[in-house]
Amino acid sequence: MLDSFTAETLARAQFAFTVSFHIIFPAFSIGLASYLAVLNALWLKTKDQTYLSLFEYWKKIFAMAFAMGVVSGIVMSYQFGTNWSVFADKTGPVLGPLMAYEVLSAFFLEAGFLGIMLFGRERVGPSLHMMATAIVAIGTLMSATWILSVNSWMHTPVGFAINDVGQFIPTDWWEIVFNPSFPYRLVHMVLAAYLTTAFVVAGVAGWHLLKDKKHVASRRMFSMAMWMACLVTPLQIVAGDLHGLNTLEHQPVKVMAMEGHFNSYPDGAPLILFGIPNTEQKRIDYAIQIPKLSSLILKHDLNAPLAGLDTIPDSDEPPVAIVFWSFRVMIGIGFTMLAVGLWSLWRRWTQALYNDKLLLRIAVLMGPSGFIAVLAGWITTEVGRQPFTVYGLLRTSDSLAPIAAPAVSASLLSFIVVYFFVFGAGTIFILKMMHTLPGTEGQGLRDGPIRSAGITPATQISMGMRESAEEDNNHEH
Amino acid sequence: MNIDLAFVWAGIISFAVLTYVILDGFDLGIGILFPFAADTAERDVMMNSVAPVWDGNETWLVLGGGGLFAVFPLAYAVILPALYMPITLMLLALVFRGVAFEFRWRTVNWKWLWDFAFTGGSVLAAMMQGITLGALVQGIKVSDRAYSGGWWDWLSPFSLLVGVAIVVGYALLGSTWLIVRTDGELQTRMRRYAWPASVGTLAMILLVSILTPFQDAVYFQRWFKWPTVLLSVIMPLLVVGVARGLISGLKKQHEMSPFIYSLLLFVLCFIGIGLSFFPYLVPPSLTIWDTAAPESSLRFTLIGTVVLIPLILMYTAYAYWVFRGKVNPDEAYH
Repeated sequence: MLDSFTAETLARAQFAFTVSFHIIFPAFSIGLASYLAVLNALWLKTKDQTYLSLFEYWKKIFAMAFAMGVVSGIVMSYQFGTNWSVFADKTGPVLGPLMAYEVLSAFFLEAGFLGIMLFGRERVGPSLHMMATAIVAIGTLMSATWILSVNSWMHTPVGFAINDVGQFIPTDWWEIVFNPSFPYRLVHMVLAAYLTTAFVVAGVAGWHLLKDKKHVASRRMFSMAMWMACLVTPLQIVAGDLHGLNTLEHQPVKVMAMEGHFNSYPDGAPLILFGIPNTEQKRIDYAIQIPKLSSLILKHDLNAPLAGLDTIPDSDEPPVAIVFWSFRVMIGIGFTMLAVGLWSLWRRWTQALYNDKLLLRIAVLMGPSGFIAVLAGWITTEVGRQPFTVYGLLRTSDSLAPIAAPAVSASLLSFIVVYFFVFGAGTIFILKMMHTLPGTEGQGLRDGPIRSAGITPATQISMGMRESAEEDNNHEH
Repeated sequence: MNIDLAFVWAGIISFAVLTYVILDGFDLGIGILFPFAADTAERDVMMNSVAPVWDGNETWLVLGGGGLFAVFPLAYAVILPALYMPITLMLLALVFRGVAFEFRWRTVNWKWLWDFAFTGGSVLAAMMQGITLGALVQGIKVSDRAYSGGWWDWLSPFSLLVGVAIVVGYALLGSTWLIVRTDGELQTRMRRYAWPASVGTLAMILLVSILTPFQDAVYFQRWFKWPTVLLSVIMPLLVVGVARGLISGLKKQHEMSPFIYSLLLFVLCFIGIGLSFFPYLVPPSLTIWDTAAPESSLRFTLIGTVVLIPLILMYTAYAYWVFRGKVNPDEAYH
């Protein structure tokens, strides 16, 4: 079925597929871990049961997303070797230590305290449990920091020399870790993770408020999520803009593809809002454009000249259409998020935040929007780096492992089947949990209760829980 | 003072892999024993005995891979393509058994499916880890800094044998772990299963040990030439000593000692493999020094590692301490 493809194409497809699936889970769990830490802190501070019930509600969803993130992440840590061994051999001395630090300072931290966060409230007491919850949140951020440093170095490699066998050899670790695109990418991604989570929370809250606009816990989380939407989205737009300017400085070709600038514009480049990239004729068909605006945004000068893809050899060009489209999807979602945030601010002002059915419906629709924006953003930056793995220095085609095409196609097909089956099931479970109201015992299923710490002995709740769970089951049949 | 950083790192990576084998060994073992439980309630208890810690256990595998990439990038770049199939199958197997920890509590009608995924994933992952080890012992063809063999080279009677050995060995770790963490009928059942698992593991150790020296001339020299031939006396004696401890612990119905002795068996086997391999990381051609990253990479990574690994061991031990004692069957999942 995949016989006509080369090992390189298949390996690229496999990496794109597995990393796209993987990023969905961290994008959600980074934000959710911080949200859980905030909820737990607010519960301890105010003793308001609503926060506790929200904590217990999202905790189970977090556990599910985290488990899927872990297993899909282990795959990533081995795929550099199985499919991209030349890349691994050449970049290992620079990137390997950063990844080792990610494992040592983040993965172990998360894994070590996750158990206590999920199962340990009664065993360790409220303070240590709070600490474990905070440590898990910090762990997710540390992990993002290291892996984004690794990724950024592949875009803006500095602080290295090349040895006689072609390996990148570190010369300045400070420069490597804090390479030029890293701070921008880190901020942009962490804010993206927070927004992704905020819109998931808003979507779930909207879903429940449409059925019962008085439900206290749903109101609470809707309000919290909408604060995030109206405060963080503007920050994200600024961060994205700065990231774009950084890209223009270090990877101008990527920006040419994002903008759809096939031609150079010596006196002011237009901002192409929409159009259809025609890569054969090297032009944008049906372009709707605003004259000179691109120069204004990128160079802060209406008449600044901007070079186009005509200045670049074809062999060094990224696939323009993909980058052009994915960039517009991300931007479109970003501004829609901003609109929702501002709308919620107005509704809050008019004291109708929970009554505006249209806003609630749009919140539900926007629930998964963060994931799409994150994927679109990553596609923009990663496809925009092509045809290189290490920008300008190591070509993707020179990074491949000496593997046979049948081996890659067999493993690619297995990954596709397994991922759709496993993560499809996981998504259904998460949606089922989200469908139940916060505070519902057992989140609709027969497993463990939401243990209200220190109020009822665990065993007692669990006995009570079993009964109500069995009732639930009877309903189902 | 001139420290041989590559040698130090070989020690650290070995430690990470051994820690992985021991820790994930008993939770994969639980998956292997899953079908032999009496009912769902027993399976719940078995799973809950590792639920709070499995994720940390598996992180050692990521450290093994990530560490190899960092400090022995050439070994990483040669071993993984050579073992493409078993590694990929292991990763897919770990996906199934990892998500089963969460998924099986979320469904009633499909619980059997995730129980099956848990068992199937555990057996397959263990088997593939054994095959990986076996194939590595047999040697990997390398030319010009890359793997130069075919994509079925890993498959041989010897690698399959090591695969089975690991499955049996993990079952032993799982059963003795459950003796520690459970009581009542389940504990009795596990005491019963620990017997065939012990006998099987010891038989496998014997078989693999006899065959290993014949896989490569280097191993043969190591085990049969003076003075290293002494190891051929010392190592078997140590194994016999530990085996006696294990069997007497099982006979006297001790709770803790069978688990400890099972761990020691794994440690001894691991040392045995290390003794065969040294100084090779990718037998029969690449030594630890051939594959080591440049000194600045080794040094930079080492600084953090010597601080962080003791810390990790401390908080991991703390997590185990928090969840010590018998698993309460009435205490539901989180």
